[in-house]
Amino acid sequence: MKEAINMQSVEYLEKVTKRIKRDIIQLCSANTGHPGGALGTAEIFAELYFSRLRHTPEQPDWEGRDRFILSNGHICLALYSSLARSGYFDVEELATFRKINSRLQGHPSREDLPGVETASGPLGQGLSIANGVAMAQKLSNSDVNVYCLVGDGELQEGQIWEAMMTSAHHKLDNLALIINWNNIQIDGKVNDVMNIEPIDEKFKAFGWNVISIDGHNLQEIKHAFDQFEKNEGSPTVIISKTVLGNGISYMEHEAVWHGKAPSEEEALLALNEIGICGFADDLVLK
Amino acid sequence: MAGKRAGRDGFGQAMVELGEENEKVVALCADLAESVKVHYFAEKYPERYFQIGIAEQDMIGTAAGLALSRYIPFATTYAVFAAQRANEQIRLAVCYNRSNVKIAVSHAGLTTGEDGATHQALEDIASMRAMPNMTVLVPADASEAYEATRAAAAYEGPVYLRLGRTPVPELTNGVGQFEIGKARKMNNGKDVTLIACGIMVERAIEARDILKEKGIEAEVINMHTIKPIDEEAVVESVKKTGCVVTAEEHSVIGGLGGVVSEVLSEHSPVPLMRIGTQDTFGESGPPEELLTKYGLTAEKIAEAAQNVIRKKKNTAMSTN
Repeated sequence: MKEAINMQSVEYLEKVTKRIKRDIIQLCSANTGHPGGALGTAEIFAELYFSRLRHTPEQPDWEGRDRFILSNGHICLALYSSLARSGYFDVEELATFRKINSRLQGHPSREDLPGVETASGPLGQGLSIANGVAMAQKLSNSDVNVYCLVGDGELQEGQIWEAMMTSAHHKLDNLALIINWNNIQIDGKVNDVMNIEPIDEKFKAFGWNVISIDGHNLQEIKHAFDQFEKNEGSPTVIISKTVLGNGISYMEHEAVWHGKAPSEEEALLALNEIGICGFADDLVLK
Repeated sequence: MAGKRAGRDGFGQAMVELGEENEKVVALCADLAESVKVHYFAEKYPERYFQIGIAEQDMIGTAAGLALSRYIPFATTYAVFAAQRANEQIRLAVCYNRSNVKIAVSHAGLTTGEDGATHQALEDIASMRAMPNMTVLVPADASEAYEATRAAAAYEGPVYLRLGRTPVPELTNGVGQFEIGKARKMNNGKDVTLIACGIMVERAIEARDILKEKGIEAEVINMHTIKPIDEEAVVESVKKTGCVVTAEEHSVIGGLGGVVSEVLSEHSPVPLMRIGTQDTFGESGPPEELLTKYGLTAEKIAEAAQNVIRKKKNTAMSTN
């Protein structure tokens, strides 16, 4: 039995986005982690976990759930916030992030945390796993959709290109790949470190359905996923142009915020810039 | 070659049966279907067979995705391309996820033959057994490969199944049921323990016969499961014999010789020698000639057995 898709308004998801961003800043500041990419993908997570995915947090292994495969595991702060806020585990547990004996590992561990579909962190592996999940759904005649998020620098991994061929060859139209294109990686601008462009032309040449969006525009995100759901016969890639550290003035576009935690003072500044989200710190959003 | 079959043949047969019995069993291959003998499965169950092309890292990830969706995928290629080319994919997507992936490989070791060192995996057991959650199986003949394949499918968790390429005589048929983690004792003996896996079991049995002519009674253990190792079988046997020789078609570093050394060092130190490749790559040549050149023969096992027996006696004398 499929549950109805829980579509939410852009206005509501804007508030959710702020809640996720506040979590990212608070958790990263109190511990360590990778704030930049996580902040830049907050809108994608808001749309997926609070509007798009058919999922049952109280029953994380429900066979009929849509699958979200996080490939660039270092941005897991956004995932953990989304999982906690949608009810997979207690919001209070977020505070254990990266601490010893925590289920919230520095990079996601499927064995430890409900809702994590696969471990990730070593880059370039998520799309292959997502392909396997998508093939399994086809084999089972299931209408489950598979979403996979990768970073842009991750496209430098060779395995991604192997997997891109597999997705198209096996006509996995139940698979949407989202590329977080912020043009920043650890050692600088992606195009300076190792150019990956033109991304859209490369995916087209590989036989993909290509959609390019502004990754901070919830309306465009919704439209892109709608287009994916209608597409048949080929996998869909959503090239999502984003700003690393989006909305935090001192973080935006700065490679150093890929993996640096803000100080207490910097965190306060960031929270002020994000603004009030309207959801209490301990609230589960249903 | 009458009566001889390779481990991969037993695998191919078991896969066809498993496909019939369990619709959750699927297979993947990276352009080596016939070599790995998964082509029989592919012909019979095309909808459950996934050709991934020459992309082993992608194949392992894809297999993990299928396993995470409750299928039982067998990912097949040569040992060197799975355990070594796709090592980190196996670590993350298979072992850390504890996904129910079976990695079935052929062309391990020197008997890969003329293709040469590039294709002769002699370090794969070491890297596979070091991974948490991994089970490592190295069957001795086609019947055992058949049993091991079925056992791997029934077992919940990652398995590395190392299959022989060259035909060997039937050694295990009728000896007993295969059980993961339970060594097969091929015969009793009191003077020395010979522990072997894969194609070296046949040679250990030949060594036993050579030793018999010299009045030495060797106990042969077929250690088809490298991990989890059957500690009890090892310790129990050497308590009786007091010395041991291991034999594997793999480097002496980190494989069967490594694990038996570890077990005995902790539980029951005795003189031990390891037959295998000695920290070297292989080369091109006919399998039998390569085995001889690199010392993987019954004669070398018998020689080593006599050495460890001497050491045992010397130790006994010096402590008296």
